[in-house]
Amino acid sequence: MEFARKFKRVFSTVPMLGWLLGTLVAVLIEYYWGYDYISYYLGLPKIPVLFGALIMLKKPMMIPGAIGYDMIVYVIPILLVAKVSTRFTNPLAASFERLPLWTSVLIHLVFFYAILHLWAGINDYRVLIVKLTLISIILTVSINVINGYQGEFSCSHPGFMALGAYTSSIITLVLFVNDKIFGTALLPASFGPWIFPFALLAGGAAAALGSLLVAVPSFRTRGDYLAIISLAFMFIVKSAVENLNVIGGARGMGGQPDYAPLPIIFIWTMLCIWVVHNFVSSIMGKALNTVRDDEAASESMTIKTRKTKMTAFMFGAFWAGVGGGLFAHVLAYINPGMFSINRLAEILAMVYFGGLNSIVGSIVGAVSINVLGEALRPLELFKWIIIPLILIFVMIFRPYGLISFKEINAKRLLRSKNNPKNLVKSDPMNTMAKDKLGV
Amino acid sequence: MSALLSVKNMTHYFGGLRAVHNYNLNIAPQQITGLIGPNGAGKTTIFNLITGVYTPTEGTITLENENIKGLETNEIAAKGLGRTFQNLALWRHMNVLDHIKMAHYSQLTYGLFGSFFNTPTCRREEAQVEENSYRLLELFDIKQHANQNVTNLPYGAQRRVEMARAMATNPKVLFLDEPTAGMTPDELVQMIKIIRQVHEDFKVAIFLIEHRMKFVMDLCQYIQTLVFGEIIAEGPPEEIQNNPEVIEAYLGKEDLT
Repeated sequence: MEFARKFKRVFSTVPMLGWLLGTLVAVLIEYYWGYDYISYYLGLPKIPVLFGALIMLKKPMMIPGAIGYDMIVYVIPILLVAKVSTRFTNPLAASFERLPLWTSVLIHLVFFYAILHLWAGINDYRVLIVKLTLISIILTVSINVINGYQGEFSCSHPGFMALGAYTSSIITLVLFVNDKIFGTALLPASFGPWIFPFALLAGGAAAALGSLLVAVPSFRTRGDYLAIISLAFMFIVKSAVENLNVIGGARGMGGQPDYAPLPIIFIWTMLCIWVVHNFVSSIMGKALNTVRDDEAASESMTIKTRKTKMTAFMFGAFWAGVGGGLFAHVLAYINPGMFSINRLAEILAMVYFGGLNSIVGSIVGAVSINVLGEALRPLELFKWIIIPLILIFVMIFRPYGLISFKEINAKRLLRSKNNPKNLVKSDPMNTMAKDKLGV
Repeated sequence: MSALLSVKNMTHYFGGLRAVHNYNLNIAPQQITGLIGPNGAGKTTIFNLITGVYTPTEGTITLENENIKGLETNEIAAKGLGRTFQNLALWRHMNVLDHIKMAHYSQLTYGLFGSFFNTPTCRREEAQVEENSYRLLELFDIKQHANQNVTNLPYGAQRRVEMARAMATNPKVLFLDEPTAGMTPDELVQMIKIIRQVHEDFKVAIFLIEHRMKFVMDLCQYIQTLVFGEIIAEGPPEEIQNNPEVIEAYLGKEDLT
């Protein structure tokens, strides 16, 4: 504990910009020297893909090497650069504070994306993990709108995903691909990437329409009964698709063009987070919470509860549909089995692990469950013992999930950390700032 | 003077049970009316009928000569019937400021897409709402709690949050369902003061259910007594205080033998 406190104190002066810079240096080190020098001298066969987790579990002999690699490539450079660079990152962050918030956020995001791109670019496996994780973030944030903010227990998310995935796939396949089922392409393939966003939006719209089937019963019932209805919806979608031979039936549908490279998925994910964040922090969106906490009181306070419920479902389903569309174009193959109870369990685990009623929580949940799932892959069967155990422990100590009922405060996240005024006001625990001011 | 809110011959059945029978009410602008009666007489049912939680089986309800019977609760509330609840009905995961903000819902015009993309209209309206909310918080003396979760407040303050929230809907008639239930004598005195102040500042008519006679007699200009869903007496406080039927309903019949 003492160490943790000291650590926190030493690094409390590092702004977000400093951390990003540190990570950039780490990623550059890996990019230039990771394979030729560092992993070679540590006796590793290649660059460890997920911080060495896979190698460590497969070959225990490699554990020291993998840990050494993590230290040399990530931990030491990040900490060192972050700390040393405070001298100029803090003034820089302070000058960003004077810019409009959105500009500053955009600069940070571009910076962050550059790092992510470099890191993932090392090999294709990483690219795939990052893509699927980003899609999981969309799914988790969107189910949080229904299960967290609106407080229903909806199990139909894979169904919404399937609607989005199939709709957008059909559009791209019909228009741009010479396909067995749909015949020759109607438009030249060069239009594809430009039409693709509209295909995704159409997928989202289809999912939103489908969600009405769950939203309308929610006017009269909630809790367990609605959960059953939503579960039924998921199975209806699955069996419907299985029996529709026009779109491949149970064999699935493949050959989606690769319109979803990493930057596109990143942009959609950020768009999703931004829109959901705007929505849930507005009065319109907070109406979801009031309906969850006390419906009668909401009605008496002029809140249109039916409209609110419908909005929650359609909005959540829309993003699930978009996520499904991206998913289909990443894997270039979908079948109804992908949108079944397993997917549901995964999505629910992510949202409840991360935290209800919080976008940050959803992001944390999606990233940790995804990365954990990949990292523990060599354990095979035991993976499905360890992950549920972690979930159980989280539920014991944090019944609402890791980070619940908290919103992103971008301004606070990005600001300069050596401005004593900033620190004392918001963070009375910070002793450094108090020392500086002589309080 | 024409009535602001008027209820005529309202009757309501729950299945075969007649909960309210032939109920009439006229509330003039800025009048404070009390509804008293023993437990189970149907007072809260009358509140729920007028505010649209239930739709009465028979009768008419008009607000400023406009029919409001059969509308949804939120529409009736937006037309100008604000209310508080007998058992506090606060949103337990929300802070005090948000409570007041939420009650401005019907006054927003930016719509869903405004909220998705945080448009200038949205920002402007939300800023207005926030300003207005702080004004109300100050008036009800809960500004110091603005960013606290509502469940962490003392009971009296929670009651005030509920009142402030009801006032944020800009009501013409304010319905108070036992505003002093479970309050200490100190809090009671404070509550009377607050209700008086609301009445004067907002020029609002008030319709309240209450059990404490001191409170009712102090505040109300007109009182109705309800027993088993029927009005047995109504009039100014002094009249009600001495009405033998009212005394009988509350204390039982005097044994003359």
